[in-house]
Amino acid sequence: MTKKQKSSFYKIVICGILLTGSFFLDRLFFLRLAVLIPAYFVIGFDVLKKSFRNICKGQIFDENFLMVIATFGAFVIGEYNEAVFVMLFYRVGELFEGIAVGKSRKSISDLMKICPEYANVECNGEIRTVDPESLVLGDIIVVKSGEKIPVDGIVIEGESNLDTANLTGESVPRFVTVGDSVISGCINNGGVLRIKVEKEFANSTVSKILEMVENASAKKSASENFITKFARFYTPIVVFVAVFLAIVPSLFMGNRQEWLERALIFLVVSCPCALVISVPLSFFCGIGKASKSGVLIKGSNYIEVLSKCDTMVFDKTGTLTKGFFEVSDVVSEEYSKEELLRIVAHGEKFSNHPVAASVCRAYKGEYDAEVCDVREIAGKGIKFLYDGVECIIGNSALLAENGVHISVEIYDGTVLYVARENQYVGCVVVEDSIKENIEFELKALRKFGITTQIMLSGDNRTVAERVGKKLGFDEVKGELLPSDKMSALENILEKTRKTVAYVGDGVNDAPVLRRADVGIAMGAMGSDAAIEAADIVLMDDRIEKIPFAVGLAKKTMGIVKQNIVFALGIKFAVMLFSLLGFSNMWLAVFADVGVAVVAILNAMRLLKTKQ
Amino acid sequence: MIGKYSIENVDCANCAAKMEEGIKKLEGVNDARVNFLTQKLIIDTDRDDLKELQKEILKVCRKIDDEVEINF
Repeated sequence: MTKKQKSSFYKIVICGILLTGSFFLDRLFFLRLAVLIPAYFVIGFDVLKKSFRNICKGQIFDENFLMVIATFGAFVIGEYNEAVFVMLFYRVGELFEGIAVGKSRKSISDLMKICPEYANVECNGEIRTVDPESLVLGDIIVVKSGEKIPVDGIVIEGESNLDTANLTGESVPRFVTVGDSVISGCINNGGVLRIKVEKEFANSTVSKILEMVENASAKKSASENFITKFARFYTPIVVFVAVFLAIVPSLFMGNRQEWLERALIFLVVSCPCALVISVPLSFFCGIGKASKSGVLIKGSNYIEVLSKCDTMVFDKTGTLTKGFFEVSDVVSEEYSKEELLRIVAHGEKFSNHPVAASVCRAYKGEYDAEVCDVREIAGKGIKFLYDGVECIIGNSALLAENGVHISVEIYDGTVLYVARENQYVGCVVVEDSIKENIEFELKALRKFGITTQIMLSGDNRTVAERVGKKLGFDEVKGELLPSDKMSALENILEKTRKTVAYVGDGVNDAPVLRRADVGIAMGAMGSDAAIEAADIVLMDDRIEKIPFAVGLAKKTMGIVKQNIVFALGIKFAVMLFSLLGFSNMWLAVFADVGVAVVAILNAMRLLKTKQ
Repeated sequence: MIGKYSIENVDCANCAAKMEEGIKKLEGVNDARVNFLTQKLIIDTDRDDLKELQKEILKVCRKIDDEVEINF
């Protein structure tokens, strides 16, 4: 509790004792007043003071003023106990509200504790501790075990395991060694690392993330705007009704005191605070929880859009597939798999094509055979002498040109056919393999209401269609140039007239990410372009974060709706009851502060969402 | 220019909304946000006389709650 909260706590205790005491003095009218009036001033002094000061400044209608009028009114109509109790209950509610807000504030700022406080910079052989903001490009910094990496850079000495949980929500550490890029905000869990600064603090990942999270509340959702607008009309209208009730009905029906009390109830209920806090707080908790799990959401409006989304368009390469080639099959009748790979790897090790690299990764043996006279035929393959024997590796066209007959037919992936002395001997199949669990996660998305799933790909149609069919996509479009992806998405937006999300890696599809109702970029850790372009950014490339984000968005919107319905419902119910004469002041105070506390606690449930 | 400052002792969310309205009405202020939860004030302004603007902002906020502190 803060100092302010402690002082109100003591005041509440004192007032509570005095109020309880006054119940025993039921018959002694003056003695009872002598207890209740000090009790009222103990608890109500701050409110009176504030209200008085605000009136002097011309700010009349604030909650303090409303409470003063309500309690003074209660004194006037002889409800002394109620006057004190209402003020007491108001202060208790306010205290609870303050504690609850403070707690949610703290739990969210804890989530975002990724900002490094210092850096160890190496300077003339000495190590000095400096502010990360003072680092410049090319500086050499030293990060010891347990320290945060202050800026983005490249490891030049040492190896270690990095804890990336702060950024990605993943607990599996990432191994880094010399030459790897490292990202600010990760914690060094292993040995000492010497790192060359690649980006200044302001451009480092940590700064970008913090900036994004801080600005997230600037983009308001429709429900937030509704509430702020609503609050602007709600209070004056309710106050007006209260004034009306205090004067008009009693002129016709008499019973002045009764109508005055009903008017006071309206005054207490007229404060919009429960509403004004509960909706933004729900979004705040939702965004905070998402950030903690490595999903950055750029504004509460995107939570709203994502929760309504029913069509999701996926980019293939890098999103559904790993984005690099792997050898998936080796077919040969004459050689063992290992032997064929050996021949191909010897030829391909001179090439820097991604397919060649995948073969060399798959081949685990030594490069000890004699290779000479290597000729690369661009876009087709290579010819070379392997231990003095001519070998050709390439596509079917290259082999056909050399009069080689291929005896097998393979449609999957990219195929490297191998010929030895102009005789076909086997082939190696290379594929961009699909990430794990994709099918499962796509099914999970269907359960969350994403019923139309579409895949776009730049790959050739057969490959795209095969992958799409395997994963159960509703629609597949292949052979798309980056500009075609844009028109394909626009077609979908036009045709479906629904809310469409686009999932991509953010590297070459930034315009498409922007064009979709909500753009989701994957694997964005360290990629500025993706962070800029997307509305929702997944720090790593784990597909299960998408159903998590959709589920969280739906839950957040659910809680927002619950809070609006609950807060408005209780207020209207209390007003209706008081019109009919069934309500009292105590209920009215609950409708004001009690509802706010319940709404805050409800919003904080979001922080406990499971991944 | 966009300025970001921390704002303390804002009592309730409704007060924050009122301050936001007030600051937006100041001359030369294109947009303003008072975030009750992060306790941040963000203003977008074309004015050059920042010191003067800051005084005006503080005055607007103090009118609603006189315990408000802004760390300019």
